[in-house]
Amino acid sequence: MGKMNRTKYKRGHIFTHAVLILAVLISVVPFIWMILTAFKNYEESIRIPMTIFPARWNFDNFQVILSKFPFGRFYINTFTVMIFVILGELLISSMAAYAFARLDFPLKNGIFIFCLSLMMVPSQIFIIPQYDLMVKLKLTNTLVALILPRLFSVFSTFLLRQFFLTLPRDLDDAAKIDGCGFFGIYFRILLPLIRPALISVAILSGLTIWKDLLWPLIVNSSMERYTLSAGLALLIGEHTTNFPQVMAGSLMAVTPMIVAFFFLQKQFVEGIANTGIKG
Amino acid sequence: MNFWKKRSEMKQKEILTGYLMIGPLLIGLGVFYVYSFFINIFYSMTNKKTFGAIKFVGLRNFEKLFASEKFWTALGNTFKYVVICVPLVIVISLLLAILLNRNVSGTGIYRTLIFLPAVTMPAAIGLIWKWIFNYEFGVINAAVSAFGGERIAWLSDKSVVLLAVATVLIWADVSLRMIVFLAGLQGIPNALYEAAEIDGASETTKLFRITLPMLSPTIFFAALMEMIGVFQIFDFIYLMISANSAGLPAARSLVSYFYDEAFVRGNHGFGSAITVVLFAIILIMTALQLYFQKKWVYQEG
Repeated sequence: MGKMNRTKYKRGHIFTHAVLILAVLISVVPFIWMILTAFKNYEESIRIPMTIFPARWNFDNFQVILSKFPFGRFYINTFTVMIFVILGELLISSMAAYAFARLDFPLKNGIFIFCLSLMMVPSQIFIIPQYDLMVKLKLTNTLVALILPRLFSVFSTFLLRQFFLTLPRDLDDAAKIDGCGFFGIYFRILLPLIRPALISVAILSGLTIWKDLLWPLIVNSSMERYTLSAGLALLIGEHTTNFPQVMAGSLMAVTPMIVAFFFLQKQFVEGIANTGIKG
Repeated sequence: MNFWKKRSEMKQKEILTGYLMIGPLLIGLGVFYVYSFFINIFYSMTNKKTFGAIKFVGLRNFEKLFASEKFWTALGNTFKYVVICVPLVIVISLLLAILLNRNVSGTGIYRTLIFLPAVTMPAAIGLIWKWIFNYEFGVINAAVSAFGGERIAWLSDKSVVLLAVATVLIWADVSLRMIVFLAGLQGIPNALYEAAEIDGASETTKLFRITLPMLSPTIFFAALMEMIGVFQIFDFIYLMISANSAGLPAARSLVSYFYDEAFVRGNHGFGSAITVVLFAIILIMTALQLYFQKKWVYQEG
């Protein structure tokens, strides 16, 4: 009986490993193919039959991409936008989240539900008016245009409110007796306690900027103001056929976030897991 | 007397602080989202171009839209993406999450590697797969010819291009949903499984009687979010299929159509009309899902 159970258990494990290894291969092989192609020269990349490894690992493609496109600018632009959006969004969302979770004021619930209803609206509906606003404010082709509309996030506010609600009310009451004002309770007492949630929000909002393509493509037409995502769109068109160069550009663009992910795995996973939270 | 006065002062301070603290968010949402929403609906009833005067045209944009074959094809394609991708993303990511949750050795490494697409920008994903699907030198066609098959024009043949884009979308989205499901699985109390084991329940019984019912709210929410996301598919189509490709009509989504009309051709009014229709569709689909949710989602308490 015991023996039978064990073989059954083992068979289950083999199946689990097999499926997971297959999933890993499917996830990783496209990345490996990008890397291998990026180090090949053009002739090698179009050789039939196909070669898997580059005959000589060379950095020519990276040099060509760096000389044709302001890639350094793309990095600086992307990181600048990410830092300002993350800090601004954390401050604006956490203040609102505290007020929605802890303070009592007329129309509070109505306002909150109204904000939540905005999450249902597909973002494309805002794009033409937002673009017009940027034109009127003379902000097209600036990084401010990439930052400004992204500072106001209903989802981050909602998420942080959920975390504020889990903290015991006694904390507020004790601070109040000590003469601490509402803002002090928010900033000095409660905010440090929801640090993991703040990190989640920071990662999610950073990833959103990192991935966004449509808005940077629309609002900035000068290459000098492009983010990495928008810059990648430049690689095709002119170079449709030179895939080793396209892959070199892609490799440069994806690397920083993958490195960040390897160092902050736990935080990334928790952040993404939080997107599954519902009301 | 003094006590009540002090209390009401306190109350007033609380109200004032509340409004001050939600103020920045509300002003930003008001300007960039609420105002934009209503002005976009107004634009959809005008002949607005990128520059120049605006004339009110009533519902003419919508009449033109509903009479346009391009619109119906894009709408049909978008529904095909939703019907193909949403179930597959949910089923595959759920299966992977359940397997990862068994905590076999190496789970950490598996999870990390399967997660990679989730931290990669769609623009890069599009380029990588454009190369993989390349007709002459792509790795998939190399494999097809190696097995003696006829090479397939994945990104320009009308009959396969949508499936190629859908494959990329599924590849990109599975990792995100898998993490959400994994967190959900870890939230199911162990006591339930222990009780079932005492009753001699099999693995299959536990899966269908405990795991799936307990996870059904998470599955429902993930399916809803995935559906809303797939309705807005744009990035992969934009990166993988060039504007003059023969495959574009069969791959074009509603948002691709919107981008083309509003920002390539400069027809803002007409583009706005497309987004209004997109909004209406998402609203109806969400309402339908919420209605059917009652029938299969486990309600706590």
